[in-house]
Amino acid sequence: MAARTQRWMPWLIGVWTAAITLFIYLPSICGLLASLTQSRYFNFPITKWGLVWWGKTFASLEVRALLETSITIALIVTAIAVVIAFFGAIAFARFDWKGRSAFQKLVLLPIFFPQSVLGLALLLWFNALGIETSWKTAIFAHLVWVVPVVTLVISIQVYSFDPALEEAAFDLGATRWQVLREVTLPVLWPGLFSGALFAFLLSWGNFPLSLFTTGADTTVPEYMYAKMVAGYTPGVPVLGTVSTVGAAILLLGGYGLILLVRRGRTGAA
Amino acid sequence: MAMAAERVGRSLAGWLWRPGQRHAIPILLLLLIGFAAPLLSILGFSFAPPRTFSLWQLPTLENYRTIVAETFYQSFLWSLGMAVVTVVILVLICYPVAYGLARTFGRWANLVTLLMVLPLFVSENVRLYGWVLFFIKGGVLLGSLKSLLGIDVESVLFTPGIIIFGMVYVYLPFMLFPMTLGVSMVPREVTEAASDLGASRLQVFREVELPLAMPGIVIGCLLTFVLAIGAIAEAKVLGGQTVIPVTHDIEIAFTYAQNWPLGAALAVLMTLLVGGLVLAVLRRFDLDRILGRR
Repeated sequence: MAARTQRWMPWLIGVWTAAITLFIYLPSICGLLASLTQSRYFNFPITKWGLVWWGKTFASLEVRALLETSITIALIVTAIAVVIAFFGAIAFARFDWKGRSAFQKLVLLPIFFPQSVLGLALLLWFNALGIETSWKTAIFAHLVWVVPVVTLVISIQVYSFDPALEEAAFDLGATRWQVLREVTLPVLWPGLFSGALFAFLLSWGNFPLSLFTTGADTTVPEYMYAKMVAGYTPGVPVLGTVSTVGAAILLLGGYGLILLVRRGRTGAA
Repeated sequence: MAMAAERVGRSLAGWLWRPGQRHAIPILLLLLIGFAAPLLSILGFSFAPPRTFSLWQLPTLENYRTIVAETFYQSFLWSLGMAVVTVVILVLICYPVAYGLARTFGRWANLVTLLMVLPLFVSENVRLYGWVLFFIKGGVLLGSLKSLLGIDVESVLFTPGIIIFGMVYVYLPFMLFPMTLGVSMVPREVTEAASDLGASRLQVFREVELPLAMPGIVIGCLLTFVLAIGAIAEAKVLGGQTVIPVTHDIEIAFTYAQNWPLGAALAVLMTLLVGGLVLAVLRRFDLDRILGRR
C-alpha cells in the first residue's frame, strides 16, 4: 500500500505544480492576447489580429519618457543598493557581534511591512522636511525596501563563505584592498550579481512606493495603473507584456550567465 | 567631566568600529532616515487636528475618536478576514509544490523556482489586470464560453471572492519560497527512519515533516498575512470597490477626503497591528538556522 502511494505521489505533485504554473502565467497570456488586437476595445475571441498597438505604443513620446524615468530610477537604485547591502550582508552573516540578532530582525522589518503604508509614511516625512517629491525621492523610497531584500539575497551567499580564505590571504601578506578585490568579491560574486538583478527588477516593477513618492514624475507601473482605472487602450497590455518579457529575459539571461561562469570555473580548475 | 565625556565618546566610536557594527552602519543609517523617521512622522500626523497639513501643531486625539465613532472597524474586519482566508488557501495549495521543490523535482527544481520568481518582478496591478481581461464580460473566459458553447454567464468580477482570488494569486511566491526552505530543512534520514519504524505516510507527515518544516511555514504565513493586510490593488482592480479594506480607507483619506491626520491615524493602527504581530513571531526564530549558516 505504502509502496504504491510512493510511486504516484511525485507524479501527482508534478501535475499540481504544472497547474499552479499555468495559474501564474494565465494573466500574462491574456495580456499578450489583448495586445494583439487591432480594435480599440478588447473583445474575445479577437476578430482582427494585428500589431497596430505595439507600433503606436513605441512611437509615443510619452511612453519613451516613462521608460526612461523607470530605467534611470532602477539603475541608480541597483548601484546604491548593492553597495549598502554588501556591507549589510557581511554584518548580517559573517561576523558574530553583540546585537547581530536584533540587527537581523530590524533589517527584515521593512520587508514585512505593507508597502503602501511605507510609501505614505515617506510622503509625510518628505513633506515635513519640506522636500519636493520627484523621481529622486522615489529612488530613496525604493532603496528603503530594496536594500533589505538585497541584503538577504547576498547574506545567503555570505553564509556559505569560509572566513578562513580571507585570513589566509592576510597571513600571506595581502593588503585589505587586495583581499577584497582578489578573494572576497570573486567568492561572493554570484550573490552580488543576483542581488543586483533583484534590485533592478524590484525597482522596475514597484508600484506602491512610486505612487506616493514620485510627485509629478511617472513610472511605467504608475502609468499603467492610471490607464487601467480610466482610459484603457490596448497600449496597457502592450506595456504589460513588455515588462513581463523584459523581466524574463533579464532573469533567465542572468541565471544562464551565472551557470556559464560557474561551469567555466570548475572546468578551469 | 570633559575628559569623561571624551572617553565615553571614544569607546562608543571604538565599539562602532568593530567589524560587525562597522559593516552595519550604512544600512542602519538608511533605515533610520528612511524607515524609522517616516513612521514617526505618521505617528506625529495622527495627532494633528483633522484636515490640516502641517506636523507642527498642538496634538489632539480627535482622529482616533473619529475612527472609534464611525464604521472603520468594518474595514479592519474585512482586511483581517480576507487576509486570514488568503493565508489558509495559500498554505493548502503551496505545500505540494514546496514539497516537490525540496524533494521530488531534482534537476527541474531550478526551472520551477525561476518560473515562480519571475512574476515578483512584474508590478502586481499589471498581473491583476490580466485577470480582468480573463474574467470580464466579453473577455477570454466569458467570450470563449459564449462563442463556443453559446452560454452567457455573469462575470465573477467585483465580488469579495475575486479579491481573495487576486490576493492568493499575487502572494503565492511569498508563501512558496519560505515554505520550500522549511521543507528542505527536514532531514531525509528522519522521515526514512520513521517509515522504517512502521509509520504510515500520514503519520510521517503529521509527526515528523510538519513540525520540522514549521519555521518556514510560519514565516511564509506571516509574510503573506502582512502583505495581504497591506494589499490595495486587488480590491481596486478586481473588486471594483465592492469591499473597502483599511488600505483603501487610508488612501481615500489622503486623496479625495484631503484628511491627512485621519489617514495617518488609520495607518498607525494598522502598523501597530502588523508590527506587533511580526515582532512577536520573529522573536521566536533563529534566522541563522533558517538561512543556512552551519
